[in-house]
Amino acid sequence: MATANTQTQKKERFVPGPPGTHITIRNLNKAFGAAPLYEDFNLDIPRQKVTCIFGPNGCGKSTVMNMIAGLVPVDSGSILFDGKSLKETRIGYVFQNYREALFPWLKAIDNIKYPLKINGRSSEECEKRAQELIKAFDLEFDLNRYPYELSGGQQQLVSILRALAPEPEVLFLDEPFSALDYEMTLMIREKLQELFRATKLTTVIVSHDLEEAVFLADEVLLLTKRPTSVAETIPFDAPRPRNIKTLSSPEFIDTKSRCLEIFQQEVRR
Amino acid sequence: MKTQDTLSGEAPVPKGSIKMKQNSPLADRLRNIAQPLIGPLALFAVWWMAAAGDWVSGNLLPGPIATFGSLWQSLVSGDMLTDAYATLKLTISAFAIAGVLGVPMGIVLGSNKKLYQSVEFVIDFFRSTPVTAMFPLFLLIFGIDDSSKISVAAFAAWLVLLFNVAYGVMNARETRVLAAKVMGASRWRIFKDVMFYDSLPQTFVGIRMAVSMGLVVIIVAEMFIGSIHGMGHRIIDAQQVYDLEDMYASILVTGIIGYGLNLLFLGLERWLVHWSGR
Repeated sequence: MATANTQTQKKERFVPGPPGTHITIRNLNKAFGAAPLYEDFNLDIPRQKVTCIFGPNGCGKSTVMNMIAGLVPVDSGSILFDGKSLKETRIGYVFQNYREALFPWLKAIDNIKYPLKINGRSSEECEKRAQELIKAFDLEFDLNRYPYELSGGQQQLVSILRALAPEPEVLFLDEPFSALDYEMTLMIREKLQELFRATKLTTVIVSHDLEEAVFLADEVLLLTKRPTSVAETIPFDAPRPRNIKTLSSPEFIDTKSRCLEIFQQEVRR
Repeated sequence: MKTQDTLSGEAPVPKGSIKMKQNSPLADRLRNIAQPLIGPLALFAVWWMAAAGDWVSGNLLPGPIATFGSLWQSLVSGDMLTDAYATLKLTISAFAIAGVLGVPMGIVLGSNKKLYQSVEFVIDFFRSTPVTAMFPLFLLIFGIDDSSKISVAAFAAWLVLLFNVAYGVMNARETRVLAAKVMGASRWRIFKDVMFYDSLPQTFVGIRMAVSMGLVVIIVAEMFIGSIHGMGHRIIDAQQVYDLEDMYASILVTGIIGYGLNLLFLGLERWLVHWSGR
């Protein structure tokens, strides 16, 4: 009876996000042990845009994304994708550590096909989709190799293709560049930008590098220290494709310093 | 100017490295072949000197040439092969039983933490108990024939395998399991497509340990549980009648069996679990 009551109360309180919202998070609670991480947390993530999550250490940047992606259970609260549950939504997830996320017993190409295979697609369909992606990303290395025979950047590209294979509605990237050298980071950033431009996929990126976050983002989501809330959402509208010139443009520098200011306020608080 | 500099600066380097490479392949290859032979040859030399120079009484250590002669003779006459075959057969039988029981049980234990916790003590206790202490018990249960030897060796090998397979499954990379989960893989899919493969490297560690353990137990069992064949029996027989050359030759053959089994499974591992350690 009591639970039914709170449920109806919550339903009454449910406030839909502004137009163009894809993911709505309402009344989210999450604690690790006795320490609350998220208390009554609300968030709207826009459709067809790139949202970069940035915040102080330990504020749960990755945790919030993992809760949305269903990798970490929530204590209470609702997360909906256009009103649908996670189960009814196709998502793609790219892990920070590609070495531990790819399946080393499968060739790169079979890693990419794996999510299609488990969804019951025929091998012709798998092959067709894989070739589509390879063409779109203009991959030049041999995908009949095993992941451990590829460079770090190539492995992360395979991870990204694997996440994109089932044509997800939302793509999650958890610090996708932090295990890569700078050259590879630049290369993959460029490929991701092409992807954002071509597909307009709703994308959530967790980043620990503010410059990178702003560079990739349509919106930078700045989080506070724990218990975590949204400090501010800063839009960044520079046209894509963005390049080195974007990095020295006044809008970029403004946006970045704005973010940094808020970030420092939050850290000092 | 700058490009010229780099060009002229770079030019001599490849030349030099090519010259060095031209010199090295044959020498490198020879060194690669020779390096692992140094140890065995040195051992042979020390053995020969010890026997020839009477550093050790001839009553304890026959010379290597006499020993290898004896080894050759028993191989040609075939009686060594009969014993080696008997030992190998028991070891493989014990290992097969351990594998058939140990691998599936290890997988079940490893994928169920609560179950593992409830039997962890029992496994650790029996793993720490010298299996030879249980010879008499197995004799009582299985009688004085090969079945008691096989079962006691299988028991020891099974424990090793069980433990390693369970640990392999338990330590399957969390990220890989999550990656499959996020793609919408069912629990069964995650188990057979991810956890099983991820446990294979550790399983093979267990397999190699188990087969070594099986051989040790079989040799000891052959020495002390009424046997008419087998390398253990042959070694103790040779010692009883003071046929030192045959004893040393038999020890060598036992070593070859052990080394061969290890090599076999190592090869199998490299082939099947090609990603191990990479």
